[in-house]
Amino acid sequence: MKLITAVIKPFKLEDVRQALAEAGVQGLTVTEVKGFGRQKGHTELYRGAEYTVDFVPKTKIEAAVPDSLLDQAVEAIISAAGTGSIGDGKVFVFDLVHAVRIRTGETGDAAL
Amino acid sequence: MKISIFKPLSLLVGLVAMLGPMLAFADDPVPNKGDTAWMLTSTALVLLMSVPALGLFYGGLVRSKNMLSVLMQVFVGFSLITVLWCVYGYSFAFTAGNPFFGGTDRLFLNGVFDAATGAFALGATFSKATPMYEIVFVAFQATFAAITCCLILGSIVERIKFSAVLVFLVIWFTFSYIPVAHMVWFWAGPDAYTDAASADANNAMAGYLWQLGALDFAGGTVVHINAGVAGLVGAFILGKRVGLGKESMPPHSLVMTMIGASLLWFGWFGFNAGSALEANGSASLAFMNTYLATACAVLTWSLAEWVFKGKPSMLGAASGAVAGLVAITPAAGNVGIPGAFVIGLLVGPLCLWGCTGLKKLIGADDSLDVFGVHALGGIFGALATGIFNSPDLGGPGLVTDWTMNPPTVGYPGIGAQLWIQAQAVGIVFVWTAVVAFIAFYIVKLTIGLRVPEEQEREGLDISSHGERAYTN
Repeated sequence: MKLITAVIKPFKLEDVRQALAEAGVQGLTVTEVKGFGRQKGHTELYRGAEYTVDFVPKTKIEAAVPDSLLDQAVEAIISAAGTGSIGDGKVFVFDLVHAVRIRTGETGDAAL
Repeated sequence: MKISIFKPLSLLVGLVAMLGPMLAFADDPVPNKGDTAWMLTSTALVLLMSVPALGLFYGGLVRSKNMLSVLMQVFVGFSLITVLWCVYGYSFAFTAGNPFFGGTDRLFLNGVFDAATGAFALGATFSKATPMYEIVFVAFQATFAAITCCLILGSIVERIKFSAVLVFLVIWFTFSYIPVAHMVWFWAGPDAYTDAASADANNAMAGYLWQLGALDFAGGTVVHINAGVAGLVGAFILGKRVGLGKESMPPHSLVMTMIGASLLWFGWFGFNAGSALEANGSASLAFMNTYLATACAVLTWSLAEWVFKGKPSMLGAASGAVAGLVAITPAAGNVGIPGAFVIGLLVGPLCLWGCTGLKKLIGADDSLDVFGVHALGGIFGALATGIFNSPDLGGPGLVTDWTMNPPTVGYPGIGAQLWIQAQAVGIVFVWTAVVAFIAFYIVKLTIGLRVPEEQEREGLDISSHGERAYTN
């Protein structure tokens, strides 16, 4: 099992959700986050006060997938979230040690 | 026959005692119902300028953790000054005393209404034989005193103790607002001027700056310079907000600020046009000037921002509106349309500089730019009033002899009137600075001015008032 964590542009969330669903991913957790990468923030000016906003709003998605689905899922995220411009985000993949479906007690791939 | 007490706004105390209540005869002038309706409406409009307009304008500019503290300071400050106004403020500001401070004739509004006869005391307007109910004037002026005190709060928000706000306001209101209002606006009214001898006697009893001949239609000196300078002094004495310059402190809701500025614009028609005290041509001129100068300042502040800062901002447009309103306040009924154009167009960029370049030079944390907008805009407006009052520049001129009927109108010349305006500006500037300095120090040395740093970081909403503006 693998845990995919991706940081994407917020307006791409719906496209990514759809692509992952088509790839067979059964569930997704979404968080609104802020951060920085190579994309620069912006400055805001309020009368004389100038503030640099370094952290850009992003959406973080997390999906646990069976090993067999990993490549398709990552590919789905990349193609759905990509715009070709700076700030498209990143995909991280982790080994997932254990998973349990709380309602039934199923474990491993069956819990995903 | 209807019986009423005839008593001009500011008739000498001794004279009143001698005459006592007089029976009015059928041909004695009574307040015009249209004037009364307009002045009652204006009074309510000025109330709207404080609550909610100023509260929202200021509140939107602070961080969300301090929103309620700003609303609370404005709401309670406004109420406090209104009560003090009825206890002693009105009497000391608008009855005869000396050129700096009035008398005790109207403590607790004594005598404005005679319950025994059902008669209302009458006050003066700016037209002969055109009285107004004094109680309406009391209410109208109460809203001025109260909003002026609330304006100061913009300099000291996000760090001042609530109790310190209240104590400071009591002291400053008593020793700066009241005497300045008396100095600028107290006079005996046109009906008291019957001949040269009465004119001399009345002039000697009038406020010091009124005697000088200073023009201030609705409060460039009394309201804006008075409050703006006091605010700056407060910002110096309080010190900067924790984290200023290191942490981001963007306004938490410019939507609120825009709504507040818009309601200020709306209410300001009562403030400026109401200051004519009648529903007449002067009120109409003040109304149009208030409308026009504000629109001009919105355009020029926005344009200046666009050119010099890169983008025209909503905050800039809203600030421009307030700057325009401030600058046209002393001028409202004292200049013509050309004056409104020039004052509005120039004050936008001027106050933008006041909030940026000048603010950096001064170095105080005048948090919401009370000095940069109100004091600077008020000074500019007060001086410009002296220039654009000139009939050569489309202004209405000023009354040079109140004993004539109708009063003689003239103009002393731009240099002469500008010098008078400059003296009024200087005197009010120094007066309020000294009173504010002493008042803030009294509070600092007794109950203390600032909340502890921990409370400031937590936000005054929770730490001073035990509640949050937004719960999600």
